[in-house]
Amino acid sequence: MSRELLLKLELRSDPSMLCVVRGAMERLTETFGFSAPECRSVTRAVDEAITNIMRHAYKNQPGKPIELHIHRLGRRLGPRTERRSGRGAKAPNSDGFEILLTDRGPAVDPSKLRGRRLDEIKPGGLGLHFIRQSMDVVEFKRARGSNLLRLIKYLQPANSLDRDKRREDLADLGPANR
Amino acid sequence: LQISARRIDKTTIFDVTGDIDLANSPEVRKALLKELRETRTPRVVMNLSKVRYIDSSGVASLVEGLKASRDVGSRFILFGLSPSAREVLQLSRLLKIFEVYDNEEQALAG
Repeated sequence: MSRELLLKLELRSDPSMLCVVRGAMERLTETFGFSAPECRSVTRAVDEAITNIMRHAYKNQPGKPIELHIHRLGRRLGPRTERRSGRGAKAPNSDGFEILLTDRGPAVDPSKLRGRRLDEIKPGGLGLHFIRQSMDVVEFKRARGSNLLRLIKYLQPANSLDRDKRREDLADLGPANR
Repeated sequence: LQISARRIDKTTIFDVTGDIDLANSPEVRKALLKELRETRTPRVVMNLSKVRYIDSSGVASLVEGLKASRDVGSRFILFGLSPSAREVLQLSRLLKIFEVYDNEEQALAG
């Protein structure tokens, strides 16, 4: 499997930069060949991960360094060509999109990285839940004084996306949403 | 982010334009809580049709608005959710907790 750098961004912990990163992620995921819901999903995961770094690793202090590296994973040539013939979604050898986020905040205790229970109606604790819901792989690591967050999203075959979309549409037909 | 308020009888409609994220969700929270807790408006409606994106801190602000509305006996209504805003409420299992309508006409008639 190949690993090719698509984008590297260095930013400072400043919430006004989040919309800039989202803009870049939206365009990049579209170019890579993800469906519209997947583009939103990956963009949301990155946005929430950087938000978590700003809030929790850097305690809302401005000007702290954050690095974002995005790699293409896969052995194949063009993402759109492969999308049509793609098989084995979510398998380790599928085409995918790897996102590495690095911050230099204090070490994070992985056992404390839990989202809140969703049956509670209260503000907060949703960011990590959104990341886990959005991505196929979510890994935390501490190395050389930095926190590393590794996220992977694999391309799904088009027919499985259609099936998921139909499932979402049916779920949306409840009377509360009409 | 821009937030403007319209008042129609006993209803306040907040027209929100822009993304709601860490940079500006406190602004949304402040506007909602003032209208619900201090002004005690019987019905507060959020027009989200010009909001492309809501992050977890934005959802938290909306949840605070919902809880405040329950505390004071007001109604808190959302309409015009973008696909992204709808997804984020679905992911947090809040879509059916909020009173959600497609457009302003339905929101005011509901």
